[in-house]
Amino acid sequence: MITSPLLRALRTGVKSLLLHKLRSLLTTLGVLFGTGSVIAMLAIGEGASQEAQEQIRLLGSQNVILRSIKPQDDPNQGNQTSRVARYGLTDGDLARFEETFPGVESIVPIREIAKEVRFEDRLLHPRVLAVTPNYVQATGRLLWEGRFLTPEDDRTLQNVCVLGTEVARALFPFESALEKRVKIGSDYFTVVGTLAPRVRLGEDRAQPGTEITGEVFIPFGTARKWYGKMQVKMRSGSRDMEEVDLHEVILTVSHPENVRMVADGAREMLGRFHEKKQDYEVVVPLELLARAEETKRIFNIVLGSIAGISLLVGGIGIMNVMLATVTERTREIGIRRALGAKRRHIVTQFLVETICLSVGGGLFGVALGIAIPWGVERYADMKTVVTPEAPILAFGISAGVGIIFGLYPAWRAATMDPVEALRHE
Amino acid sequence: MGDESSVWGDGASAVAELSEVRRIYRMGSEEVHALDGVSFTIQRGEYWSVMGASGSGKSTLLNVLGCLDRPTSGVYRLAGEDVNRLDDDALSEVRSRNLGFIFQSYNLIPQLDVLENIMVPLFYQEEPPEDGEERARSLAERMGLEDRLGHRPLELSGGQQQRVAIARALVNDPELILADEATGNLDSQTAEEILNLFDELWREGKTLVFVTHEPHVAERASHVLRMRDGRVHEVTTTHRERGGTV
Ligand SMILES: Nc1ncnc2c1ncn2[C@@H]1O[C@H](COP(=O)(O)OP(=O)(O)OP(=O)(O)O)[C@@H](O)[C@H]1O
Ligand SMILES: [Mg+2]
Repeated sequence: MITSPLLRALRTGVKSLLLHKLRSLLTTLGVLFGTGSVIAMLAIGEGASQEAQEQIRLLGSQNVILRSIKPQDDPNQGNQTSRVARYGLTDGDLARFEETFPGVESIVPIREIAKEVRFEDRLLHPRVLAVTPNYVQATGRLLWEGRFLTPEDDRTLQNVCVLGTEVARALFPFESALEKRVKIGSDYFTVVGTLAPRVRLGEDRAQPGTEITGEVFIPFGTARKWYGKMQVKMRSGSRDMEEVDLHEVILTVSHPENVRMVADGAREMLGRFHEKKQDYEVVVPLELLARAEETKRIFNIVLGSIAGISLLVGGIGIMNVMLATVTERTREIGIRRALGAKRRHIVTQFLVETICLSVGGGLFGVALGIAIPWGVERYADMKTVVTPEAPILAFGISAGVGIIFGLYPAWRAATMDPVEALRHE
Repeated sequence: MGDESSVWGDGASAVAELSEVRRIYRMGSEEVHALDGVSFTIQRGEYWSVMGASGSGKSTLLNVLGCLDRPTSGVYRLAGEDVNRLDDDALSEVRSRNLGFIFQSYNLIPQLDVLENIMVPLFYQEEPPEDGEERARSLAERMGLEDRLGHRPLELSGGQQQRVAIARALVNDPELILADEATGNLDSQTAEEILNLFDELWREGKTLVFVTHEPHVAERASHVLRMRDGRVHEVTTTHRERGGTV
């Protein structure tokens, strides 16, 4: 029965805590919620950040993306007479980029064709993108079946297309899409390949039967020939006509360290030729990535402060209860001292109790902190990531809180005068 | 007493030696002299009772003897060691190793069972004995508590609780046993049983000091110390001897 002193202190501590079950439970709540919320918030933050980073990475970290954007309606031109909206990146811009632009490895011009896609009685409204063959290299996308568009297709204006995963799955659920002829607008295109999904199949969040956000790729030259530059969009009864040369241009940079230089160069050049209106934007995934990282850093600092405050409050709660306990058990302290307990024995006894409370709260808090992200992921459809460090960190802090806030009550107990303590009722 | 020292005498036969011990409580500007220059010597194997009016300093004296309290001035030697020279840890070690306390209000620890209560002094020794639990069990048996070992103090009668306290006071095989009105809360029959136990311990060679208010109880001891206003009023010997008839 005389085992190691620490083990005995632990046993005694647990026993005294169990003597007041409700009080002990209530005392741990502060640390429990503190720890739980730290882990949960970290997990949600980490999930959001990883998702953002994943999306940015899909854009290609060595790319500089130029996009046409429709400018706000110019109030000077406020009459509805000009039916055709002309804006965006022009063929001239593209030619200038192709002529001389140091550091750029490849250039992908992209046009978006507003046409629906049919196969037999199945009708979809995917993004129909006219691209050059180097699109797959620039975006790092992988083929699933067949081949991608070739320079040959582009040059000879072939009516061929490559389907994105979602489109292929929606149009051809039971058979291979290869060699099938799909109708884009009023023209027939032969499917020569399909792309692999961007994310692993199991994680694909697109629900079958709901809106398909897939893509269909056709040769850039073919699109120019069949569809021209004019686009007609039907919008709530009215017809909107737009003339856009290029919806997007992807500049792929040979080395990551050149990204900034190319981005600055592109901004400058476009600024010079688009003086009148801001009808484009320059997206630099690498910059977005840096910004996302900065956001995450700030998020973590804010989170750390909140966590610190909540654990502080929990710790004060524990200290409060332990001070009451020490007063309540003054006589027991006197008895133990009279029977030979040294100050450090008393310190250990009360410190062990405080640590039991805070570590107990910490343990349940870790469980709560893992359960909350699980629920969020399940019911709110948000990605969450509980990193292994999070529970360890939260748990370590809660134990530390126990020691820090337990020291003062334990010290109070240990420095009592034994005779006075024995006289206490 | 001469015989005593010849039997036990080896130079260090004095268990407790007090000279001009004072214990002064200061309350604001007022001073209370709870002990006001107390001197006497307790030899090994003696059996002392302490008498005196309420407030005469009996408990204070026992606390000093038991190293729970230090003299404000004067010298107290326990087994030759000047207590004032020992630090708090050393005094605690002395209490857990060489002293046994029995209180009027039993002072058991409510959340521990009987066996654990008996063993508490051993927990705090630097080198606890290996046979501690056996010792505690055999003491419990001697006190007639063998079928109460797993009980909590509150489940026991007053007499039983005081027996647990006595077993606890004996578990470390102390040099000196101190009892402050140990029978004060008990009925006369139970008190008698406890006092018989004290007699028995004395006969086994223990050194005991107990406080009592009753003259006929005090007469059981070998020495009766009467306190008055923090001073030793008189010390009388009763000529009772350990080997003698009860
Ligand atoms: N902590 C203290 N502060 C101030 N005075 C004290 C303190 N403890 C004891 N005294 C005083 O010291 C004196 C002796 O007290 P003590 O407890 O030794 O008396 P006692 O002989 O044991 O009395 P009783 O028979 O009632 O137990 C008393 O006058 C008491 O008021
Ligand atoms: Mg008293």
